[in-house]
Amino acid sequence: MICQECHQRPATLHFTKIINGKKTEIMICEKCAQEKGEKVVEAGGHGFSINNLLAGLLNMESNIQQTKANAFPKTEERRCPHCHRSYKEFVRIGKFGCAECYRTFNEQINPILKRVHSGNTAHIGKIPKRVGGTIYLRKQILDLKDVLKDHIDQEEFEKAAEVRDKIRSLEKRYDAQEGSEEA
Amino acid sequence: MSLEKFVENALSSWMSAEGPEIDIVLSSRIRLARNFKDFTFPTSFSEEEAKNIIDLVKKRIEQEVTPEIGKLELLEIDQLQQLEKRVLVEKHLISPNLVEVSAKSACLLSENEEISIMINEEDHLRIQCLMSGLQLKETLKIANLLDDWIEESIDYAYDEERGYLTSCPTNVGTGLRASVMMHLPGLVLTQQMNHIIPAINQLGLVVRGIYGEGSQALGNIFQISNQITLGKSERDIVEDLTSVVQQIIAQERSARDALVRTSHIQLEDRVFRSYGILSNARIIETKEAATCISDVRLGIDLGYIKNISKSILNELMILTQPGFLQKYAGGPLKSHERDIRRAALIRERLNFTESSSS
Repeated sequence: MICQECHQRPATLHFTKIINGKKTEIMICEKCAQEKGEKVVEAGGHGFSINNLLAGLLNMESNIQQTKANAFPKTEERRCPHCHRSYKEFVRIGKFGCAECYRTFNEQINPILKRVHSGNTAHIGKIPKRVGGTIYLRKQILDLKDVLKDHIDQEEFEKAAEVRDKIRSLEKRYDAQEGSEEA
Repeated sequence: MSLEKFVENALSSWMSAEGPEIDIVLSSRIRLARNFKDFTFPTSFSEEEAKNIIDLVKKRIEQEVTPEIGKLELLEIDQLQQLEKRVLVEKHLISPNLVEVSAKSACLLSENEEISIMINEEDHLRIQCLMSGLQLKETLKIANLLDDWIEESIDYAYDEERGYLTSCPTNVGTGLRASVMMHLPGLVLTQQMNHIIPAINQLGLVVRGIYGEGSQALGNIFQISNQITLGKSERDIVEDLTSVVQQIIAQERSARDALVRTSHIQLEDRVFRSYGILSNARIIETKEAATCISDVRLGIDLGYIKNISKSILNELMILTQPGFLQKYAGGPLKSHERDIRRAALIRERLNFTESSSS
């Protein structure tokens, strides 16, 4: 069997790719495979780190993008306006150059985050008080509303009244901050 | 320098203090990855930007965090000698990566070395807190306190949807890595680790050897940490890890019980042979030392050896590494010289404990 990429070397690798239910068989030599970014992961290989793995996932991502949508293939050439890192560079290093990269490559990162974080793409943890600003207040209000509901369910009306007052004062602060941020 | 003084200086509080479940859990660590708003991340910033970040932090630490934590001391990595850097790495206070970018990096240390904040590693800040035994919740509390204190005057790179933004997408969200160092000779001897590791992995947790990614479990010590940082709250991450660790502790205890029940004399023989090697050897390599130290530690936990303190494993683990050995020797050593020094240091340390406890 001859490599279907270079038509010179013998094909030593046999891949089956299934993309959107469409099965493609590829027979290529190792050199072409590496050039195509289809680097084979040797089971139990030494020095194999999370970064290699991540780079592998990211590469896979760009391959899928390429085959899926040749009509808009330029995504990996897009550069972050703040740090000028391209998507290609991000894929190679596995690291973003700045916070703005998350916005620049927003469309590409959901599938990556899903793979790395068991399907999750949205944060539900801590909110910094200052940067969080109104987000922090809104989260506090939502949390307190849960507490309020618990108190009402338990018929603890005095405690419920206290929480209700707290919510009201936070809502006032929230409205004031929202107003000043818009102004 | 006398050994006693050297040992005192060499140890951070997490190594000698007694924490909960200390017979199995050596230490608990929390790390928060944080970046400052509007600054390029360390993976692509200039030296000038790096300096600005350090200056920003310098200004912040002129004030005390809280009376309990006190002041943090700032060390600029390129001001340190090669050996000093190595010792900080061996004490797990800084990462090898931070040393690699010496020209741009710094760290903050608390006096008892429970807190270390790396500046300009992969992220602008890596807030780390390390305590002895199983104390993840307590450790998270301190890390949060530091986090809030820094955030009072410096804005973080944060996004409502993605949380704390980090260089690597594996840390985005909470930026939290919680990890626990466990000594599991019972599970290794009864060959249960091979079943347990895949089960732990399925829960979104990672098991590694003591020196992190890719390292083998030297001396039966395993590090277990969370992998997922996005879509789970800090509290859930810590609670999930704690509950898995508690289950492993229970399994390790029952493995130890079974070993004592079925092969008491073989186990005792193994412990005392290892003790014999440690207290008599003239040349000892890292791997053999690690195995023997593990056996002796098990012997202490099972009550076979009575005159040595439990913290000895932690101490010897750190003291027998290349950086420390060379610091103790006062200069660079070749590999075979280190093996001789290592043997001498272990002998001296065991004698020192015996004489001070009698």
